Amino acid sequence: MGDFGLGQPVPRTEDPRLLRGGGRYVDDIILPRMAYGYVLRSLYAHARIKSIDTTAAKAAPGVLAVLTGEDWRAAGLGDLPVGKAEMRRGSEPMYRPPYPPLVQDRVRWVGDYVAFVIAETLNQAIDAAELIEVDYEPLPAVVSTADAAKPGAPLVWDDCPNNICYIHQVGDKAATERAIASADHVVRQRFVINRVTAVTMEPRGCVGNYDAARDRYTIHTGLQRAFQYRREISTVLKVPESKVHVIAGDIGGSFGMKTAVYNEAALVLFGSKVTGRPVKWISTRSEAFLSDAQGRDNVTDAELALDRNGKFLAFKVKTTLPVGAYLQAGGESSGVANIGTLAGVYTIPTMSVEVTTVFTNTNPMRPYRGNGRPEAAYVIERMVDLAADELNIDPAEIRRRNMIPPEAMPYKTALVFTYDCGEFEKALDVALKMADYAGFEARRKEAKARGKLRGIGLSFTIERAAGPGLEGAEIRFDRSGTVTVLCGSVSHGQGHETTFKQLVCDRLGVDPKDVHYISGDTDAVFFGEGTGGSRSATMAGAALNGAAAKIVDKAKRIAAHMLEVDDIEFEAGVFRSRKTNRSLTIGEVARAAMNPKNVPAGMEPGLVASMIYRNEATNFPNGCHVCEVEIDEETGEVEMVGYTVVDDVGTVLNPLLLKGQIYGGVAQGVGQILMEDIRFDPETGQLLTGSFMDYAMPRAAHFSHIEVKSCPVPTKTNPLGVKGAGEAGSVGAMPAMANALVDALSVYGVRHIDMPATPERIWRTIAAAKAARR
Amino acid sequence: MTTVTMTVNGRTHRADIEPRTLLVHFLREHLRLTGTHVGCDTSQCGACVVLVNGRGVKSCTRLAVACDGADITTVEGLATGDELHPMQAAFREHHALQCGFCTPGMIMAALDMIARKGTRLDENTIRKELEGNICRCTGYHNIVKAIQAGAAAMTGGVRQAAE
Repeated sequence: MGDFGLGQPVPRTEDPRLLRGGGRYVDDIILPRMAYGYVLRSLYAHARIKSIDTTAAKAAPGVLAVLTGEDWRAAGLGDLPVGKAEMRRGSEPMYRPPYPPLVQDRVRWVGDYVAFVIAETLNQAIDAAELIEVDYEPLPAVVSTADAAKPGAPLVWDDCPNNICYIHQVGDKAATERAIASADHVVRQRFVINRVTAVTMEPRGCVGNYDAARDRYTIHTGLQRAFQYRREISTVLKVPESKVHVIAGDIGGSFGMKTAVYNEAALVLFGSKVTGRPVKWISTRSEAFLSDAQGRDNVTDAELALDRNGKFLAFKVKTTLPVGAYLQAGGESSGVANIGTLAGVYTIPTMSVEVTTVFTNTNPMRPYRGNGRPEAAYVIERMVDLAADELNIDPAEIRRRNMIPPEAMPYKTALVFTYDCGEFEKALDVALKMADYAGFEARRKEAKARGKLRGIGLSFTIERAAGPGLEGAEIRFDRSGTVTVLCGSVSHGQGHETTFKQLVCDRLGVDPKDVHYISGDTDAVFFGEGTGGSRSATMAGAALNGAAAKIVDKAKRIAAHMLEVDDIEFEAGVFRSRKTNRSLTIGEVARAAMNPKNVPAGMEPGLVASMIYRNEATNFPNGCHVCEVEIDEETGEVEMVGYTVVDDVGTVLNPLLLKGQIYGGVAQGVGQILMEDIRFDPETGQLLTGSFMDYAMPRAAHFSHIEVKSCPVPTKTNPLGVKGAGEAGSVGAMPAMANALVDALSVYGVRHIDMPATPERIWRTIAAAKAARR
Repeated sequence: MTTVTMTVNGRTHRADIEPRTLLVHFLREHLRLTGTHVGCDTSQCGACVVLVNGRGVKSCTRLAVACDGADITTVEGLATGDELHPMQAAFREHHALQCGFCTPGMIMAALDMIARKGTRLDENTIRKELEGNICRCTGYHNIVKAIQAGAAAMTGGVRQAAE
């Protein structure tokens, strides 16, 4: 298919619209008679609410409704979706607290939902909210992940002892501890992985519209899984799912954060029913810091046992991580679903992981690009570097000694995953060559002469993408032979429209100008799941591939019937018969198929096909990151001077878009290591990093050019041989940058530095190391 | 209420607005030009950048009344019919946008950069000049490339920065 074919670096078809300002993000939606909602949020991290007086607010100019938890309860509506059942220790079930969209008598984090005001204008809603009188009785709060389960810590939920939500264990604890006890060498380290927030450039928002005449609810919002969202809304509002219409337009970033049904979605829909008007709610950036579900944040103690040759024998990990004040559905998964990444690309005979999740008086937590895998990759890859340092083995060499060889595939790790394929050492070699690893010491010396500490760090990480699940896609030809593609996946920047058009055009030989792409609308798309966990290339790709195959199969039979032959071949959009030298384009077949006379007896007219693809086997994208930095000792400032990625994401559908995903993921990983940090005051639980003034975001000047090369090892686990690429950049970047920093600082004997490695932290680390040497 | 008159993308508008109306809200809500975006409340993210009398301004931090009589260009005013502006075309060619939310601000900031520094921009200059624009999706990598290419494509067609 020439320039637009699968595997080509095709520029995006969605771009002209977005570049012209034609994006339709949530705040761009304007419905007739639309009213505006505003959330009154808790001032305290933990407090009892003795009373809420909304009298003055209700009488304020322009106010249409003031809703409290009592209104929600009186309407008999449901809770927001709560996380699935894991176990506490032994057979005690997970603690699953209630999760109403508006609180009744307790607030549990600064940002918690006290009331919802709906007015003719946003300013009127805000003014009215200030008139609501809330009588708070402040209570002690706990925000520290490390301290939440300690005796005496304030309880977030009165009947949840020790604030422990659940405990999850994987691997063989006894065998691992035995191996550690008898090993030649054991590396031990505590890691404090800090908390960050997604910072989608488009904040959260929703427009809810209850149509009383049809008794139907429509919600416009950003999300990732439109169909799951529809089902969840129906359980919250206690209405049949068919009465809910979910529409996702353009979404300005999500990274896992926008997947959940948040309080505001329920409130705009309830509010729309109460007021008889569509209701819009848009988060400010300040509100985003206060109310977006946040990510990462864990305290991990790790032990890696090795023999004297640097061969890994056992790996034990104990992690504590928060779920926040409420157990938002999906929020429990970071601690569980992706532990497997801790096994890395290495042959480690025995492993044991124990994860304890705790409630804290903070924002709810949920997956953030990588969903536990970046944290796991960080831990294993930092441990490997620490081991290299302690045993005086080169970091690349120690990895070579332990990497799973291709002959051992499929390889069942001692944790969760069984890898189907991978050529790790080969990719490592390519990366080291591209990054000129061999020439580094000369560069370090040269930098020193300029007064800079130069460091190089590498990581080799593996993660799981596209677990078992379903996805739907449909391809429709119309009467004039043009095509509509409807897909269950939902893009929030990944460029699905382009990639999937490439696939359809490649398989059907149609012109991309004749293809229209629809997604994110549950009334239009017949079946779907959505985006997340790097699943779309695998799942939606396979569903489209299958639907296309059905189209070709049917069209072949129609063409054979029309040409009155029995040998039909299809290539590049044309059905040809060798015997008769006659042909038909797929467009001609499609148009003809509308007439029943042209199709074989017993066949339905038209040319439409759909597929629900069922994925059984997970795939395992993996890759090597090499990061090079220079640190200014005087200021602690870090400059990225080089970055190399060699990735295996299987078959590459569009290399231009793939690289974009890697660059973006790397930026997020680097951002966390160097500067991003969500901080709460330990005494009061107040959010200290509530805007871009305090939450440092990486800018263009923080990055160097990034070199990306693909070394695909196609997987047989799905029809296209793809491996999910959406999160890969963020998984490898955290350890690569961290290892580079430590390498740069190692000249002063520094072994580890926690994140974020801000200039101040680096400066202090150097100062302390120098002082220790005197 | 106050009356403001301004030219936006070549068309003159006159409206009665509350004096507290920010320029970004005037553009988005009164003129329904929703290409300019609001991404923060501390004037740091740059999603709201427009050109006011040829210079980049964060429209979230400018009152509409302060733009009375001004000549405004938003992202909607760049293309000519079906043809994208060279900077827009460069963004597309180099895959400099993913979710697209920061993009209008990036493009307008790029045009402001060119107005001040000319069309021969090196990578370091571009990276530093983008301090006022935050992107979460792209890692800035392709944005920098696109700005360099877009600027080069504009060479000759734009007044160079004063020496």
